[in-house]
Amino acid sequence: MTSPNLRIAYGASLVRLGKKDDRVVALEADLGKTTQSAMFQAEFPDRYFQMGIAEQNMASTAAGFALSGMIPFIHSFAVFASGRAYDQLRNSICIPNLPVRICGSSAGLSDFGDGKTHQGVEDAALMRALPNMTVLCPADSTEVEQMMDCMLDWPGPVYFRINRNDLPFVYPVGEPYSIGKITKLRDGNNVAIFGSGVMVSRALEAAKALESEGISVRVLDISTIKPLDREAVINYAAGVDAIVTAEEHSIIGGIGSAVVEALRGVSHAPVEFVGVPDSFGISAEGYEELLTHFKLTSDEVANTVRTLLKGKK
Amino acid sequence: MANPDKIQRVKKIAWDLRADVVRMIGVGKPGHLGGSCSLAEIVAALYFEKMHFDPKALDDPNRDRFLVSKGHSVLIQYAALLELGVIPREEMGKLKTIGGILQGHPDLMTPGIEAVTGSLGQGLSIANGMALTLRLKKSPARVYVAMGDGELAEGQLWEAAMASARYKLDSLTAIVDRNRIQATGPTKDIFDIPNLEDKWRAFGWNVLSVDGHDVGAILDVLDEAAAFKGGPTVIVAETIKGKGVSFAENTAAFHNGAMSQEQYDKALVEIEESGRMAQ
Repeated sequence: MTSPNLRIAYGASLVRLGKKDDRVVALEADLGKTTQSAMFQAEFPDRYFQMGIAEQNMASTAAGFALSGMIPFIHSFAVFASGRAYDQLRNSICIPNLPVRICGSSAGLSDFGDGKTHQGVEDAALMRALPNMTVLCPADSTEVEQMMDCMLDWPGPVYFRINRNDLPFVYPVGEPYSIGKITKLRDGNNVAIFGSGVMVSRALEAAKALESEGISVRVLDISTIKPLDREAVINYAAGVDAIVTAEEHSIIGGIGSAVVEALRGVSHAPVEFVGVPDSFGISAEGYEELLTHFKLTSDEVANTVRTLLKGKK
Repeated sequence: MANPDKIQRVKKIAWDLRADVVRMIGVGKPGHLGGSCSLAEIVAALYFEKMHFDPKALDDPNRDRFLVSKGHSVLIQYAALLELGVIPREEMGKLKTIGGILQGHPDLMTPGIEAVTGSLGQGLSIANGMALTLRLKKSPARVYVAMGDGELAEGQLWEAAMASARYKLDSLTAIVDRNRIQATGPTKDIFDIPNLEDKWRAFGWNVLSVDGHDVGAILDVLDEAAAFKGGPTVIVAETIKGKGVSFAENTAAFHNGAMSQEQYDKALVEIEESGRMAQ
């Protein structure tokens, strides 16, 4: 039985990969109990490397592992994994296109208590800008497991944006996945909502609410933020009256930007973003409270749809 | 003690490599002459005497690896790989050109290059990852990494230094090319790092010193480093930036300077003369 907690699903999947392939090694920057890389440590102590609180060194060390034929997974909070070690990801890993897997754990606002310094709301923008980097953001634990199954053969570097908390299951067990796939989780004709991460389940709730008002909504999960399947975005955006993107990320550089980039040069319905405005996060007592503070709710998604449709008339 | 014939041979090769560095840079174009020339004897000793490196088996998992963390000095590594036949001679004239395979900094598009370095401070970390993998695979291979003394201001190198010691990486030999000049002036004035040997020792390293242009001493110190067990070894090599090209010696001007035709000719004449004297 898969845990609804994405980190636990991640740790368990890493162990599963470790059993399957001895090229898998894990490097940690003293957050193993949070990222759940500790599960791998317990199973494979010889293939687990505690690198201390030194993310830059960890990233370049992983490059050395990959250059010697291994598949290293490196771990930290998303904000540090992407930002603190950005230059190392860029130069040591992305230029030579190495199969390093970067686990950006506690992504977005999911580390609600620790505040601005620990909340990565711009990591996807940073990672998306790096040539060769694949950027993944699973919507639930099932998707975490499926993505991890792709990690042994995927050729270049991968950045995983992993939420810290339990998330509702949106995927039926056995739904096939491959990197790059945009999954249609609900069909509809009037509106397209592209979501990622925690916002996928919220988009589905919004769609349900809108249905009772006679608005038919299709919901798409952009779990592969990069490489983005441009053709699929264009197809899913076709024929609707409004397009909304929803993400736990800055509205600069995340899936909202990616969708608009994909739709450039193609006539399409008006687009609006639900996301974190151009600002840092803030400490809160709970995750739900913080998401509400930043209007990352199903109500906000539904209201955004209603506003767009009103403007249309 | 190193065999005198071997010493002679490596000495001669070091001068040949310098000549190729000058030829690669050419006339009127900036090139990292200074830091490449300071490494010539070390690189010659590694590739032509000490390293287990078969130019016909670049993918041999048990090959010794050499990384130039101060990536701008890769010209001297290109010269060695040219001499070994790994890089085709016709690439020499295409340094830093679109369509060529010799980038301004180390890149995997060049055969024989082991890692992407040049954003300073990253090479030792990469070398650690290689040494850790080789240990997992029970490989006897060694990893060599050359760093600049100016580069040592990069904090990541000291993160990596702690990691090498924590994991007791005795298959790793780090070399500090202590030419005492960095891009914009003397290292002492730019960002002095006093008590360098003590710093490495405090970080848990076995520290050796050598005259970085004395081939016999280099060959001996590399053996000494390889024989040390239980931890990583750093060799602090005292060198002269631009060694062998009089107008480029001990000056920041040829950290990345362009040679006039006159300077180019002079450089080749001087190097050829020194190479002859080394015979």
